[in-house]
Amino acid sequence: MSRIGVAFDKARADGRAVLVGCMPAGFPTVEGSIAAMTAMVEAGVDVIEVEIPYSDPVMDGPVIQKASDIALAGGVRTADTLRAVEAVAATGASVVTMTYWNPIEQYGVDAFARDLAAAGGTGLITPDLIPEEAGEWLAASEAHGLDRTFLVSPSSTDARLKMTVGHCRGFVYATAIMGVTGARSQTSEAAPVLVSRLREVTDLPVGVGLGVGTGAQAATVAGYADAVIVGSALVRCVLDAPDQAAGLTALRALSAELAEGVRNPAR
Amino acid sequence: MSTDAAAPAGQLPDAAGHFGRFGGRFVPEALVAALDELDAAYRKAMTDESFLAEFDALLRDYAGTPSLLYEARRLSAQIGARVLLKREDLNHTGAHKVRNVLGQALLTKRMGKRRVIAETGAGQHGVATATAAALFDLECVVYMGEVDTERQALNVARMRMLGATVVPVTTGSRTLKDAMNEAMRDWVANVDSTHYLIGTAAGPHPFPEMVRDFVRGIGVEARQQCLDLTGALPDAVAACVGGGSNALGIFHAFVPDTGVRLFGFEAGGEGVATGRHAASITGGSAGVLHGTRTYVLQNSDGQTIESHSISAGLDYPGVGPEHAWLHDSGRATYLPVDDDEAMAAFQLLCRTEGIIPAIESSHALAGARKIAPQLAAELGREPVIVVNLSGRGDKDVHTAGAYFGILDKE
Repeated sequence: MSRIGVAFDKARADGRAVLVGCMPAGFPTVEGSIAAMTAMVEAGVDVIEVEIPYSDPVMDGPVIQKASDIALAGGVRTADTLRAVEAVAATGASVVTMTYWNPIEQYGVDAFARDLAAAGGTGLITPDLIPEEAGEWLAASEAHGLDRTFLVSPSSTDARLKMTVGHCRGFVYATAIMGVTGARSQTSEAAPVLVSRLREVTDLPVGVGLGVGTGAQAATVAGYADAVIVGSALVRCVLDAPDQAAGLTALRALSAELAEGVRNPAR
Repeated sequence: MSTDAAAPAGQLPDAAGHFGRFGGRFVPEALVAALDELDAAYRKAMTDESFLAEFDALLRDYAGTPSLLYEARRLSAQIGARVLLKREDLNHTGAHKVRNVLGQALLTKRMGKRRVIAETGAGQHGVATATAAALFDLECVVYMGEVDTERQALNVARMRMLGATVVPVTTGSRTLKDAMNEAMRDWVANVDSTHYLIGTAAGPHPFPEMVRDFVRGIGVEARQQCLDLTGALPDAVAACVGGGSNALGIFHAFVPDTGVRLFGFEAGGEGVATGRHAASITGGSAGVLHGTRTYVLQNSDGQTIESHSISAGLDYPGVGPEHAWLHDSGRATYLPVDDDEAMAAFQLLCRTEGIIPAIESSHALAGARKIAPQLAAELGREPVIVVNLSGRGDKDVHTAGAYFGILDKE
């Protein structure tokens, strides 16, 4: 039933967590982002989270916002992000899209679901869409067999955790900290607590994101979660590189380090 | 005791904050608990006599309301309508915004939070928030687009004098929209200790409803004052619309009075046809921005388009969701007023009445001037128009001086 379930089944068979790596489509160019995401897959990232660049990304920190701004300044369109999804899915990796809601509404919710499914995408992570406002998306994701990943937070009440996971399919995204995206020096103390609260209310795989940026941190999170989600640290590899080749080299090195981390969970 | 703040029952929004297809909550899950807490505290407060009494006392003794309703005779003669100015510019801090910040600061105290954050464009809301924070001994951080900190340097200095920290925002268009994004990010990270004191009737539920209820005294007062002065309700009520708090504040009490026409005047900038404007209803389309579904300036991909207005206070690419609904339902009419029309009205009020209005409010004056001939023709007599003079022009003296070329070289 879940499109992304394949990635979780495979990792579970290996006795390890899934590594999810995030990159905005169109950063620094559409082709450049496809090259970056392909390099991440080759270096061991299991699931690519393709972010649709948005002008007002309230959940993103400065690194991803800067990358998104570069993509938008370069003229990336929603249709280009679907092309990126298709290219990355062709590598055999699972691809999930992360998007703020307005670009999907303007594209047309059902049309986007149809085109995403056709491109080989597994579903959407929706950082500013809570289940209460998601009626159209719930219907479209049913119609096109896509996964739905809503976020839960350390501040979510038990009742909201239960309600939210009831609307998720594929996996649930646990935000490790109260804050926005961006690598941090220490891993969260709130995350393990949140994951164990989720285990009480769902059998869905749990991915943990926000603040993870090193192999050691990935190993820590892999000790209690089913997926480790990394964004800003990977994006920074490309953002800080003097040229594309150097960016890809840095991206491969960090992806390999993170992949090693999820294979050696700190338990 | 007056309970101006308490809204009549049975009106929009619904329990989830929807005004028809607009409103709601499009926010990170991390904020939902805080919004629920705020919603519960606000609902409890609005039925708590002690809260309402404290709010009323603050409005009266500190903010200086009810504000006057002044019959502008010399202006009326120029415009061809009997113009009554709701003098919100005479409130403490110089604008209607003090009503909202006092209400929200009282709530902040009730929720046991010690820190408020705010976003500001022209700086009026920032000054009002810094004022309330000083009065209530709250830590205060104000986010302001870097562009706005330059064009509103005086208000930046005011906020600092009042003890607030002003953070210039350097992302995106470096204006109000980006300041709001930064404030949202701060709130996501510090929601336990912090209340986000949103300055207009926009944002996620319950902000649009709550802000409206805190400022609706403007219309309650104006309605009664108009009855006392003229023996009848006005023919029309005019207000400028950026986010839309002053307009909702004066409209709300008149909504059931179907004989009173409601006009919201948006910032037409260099003209809606040029694409350089801030008229979200006239020149935008339905979408999601800053936590709510409303009219937004956006391209076909849903990316927000930068707004333009000579008035920093109206320079916002969205509008409160209740205005979106009032527009769709036909209860209110929204029209653009461009920069030049607004500045002509600014000058007219200065010269006829000795009142220097905010450039925001000048849009409402220009709008009244625009609709007066048509209303007169329809009614067959001189129309009575209440104009919300939502703020005073001190902060805009530099902008206006430059526009009219009357600043001496330093």
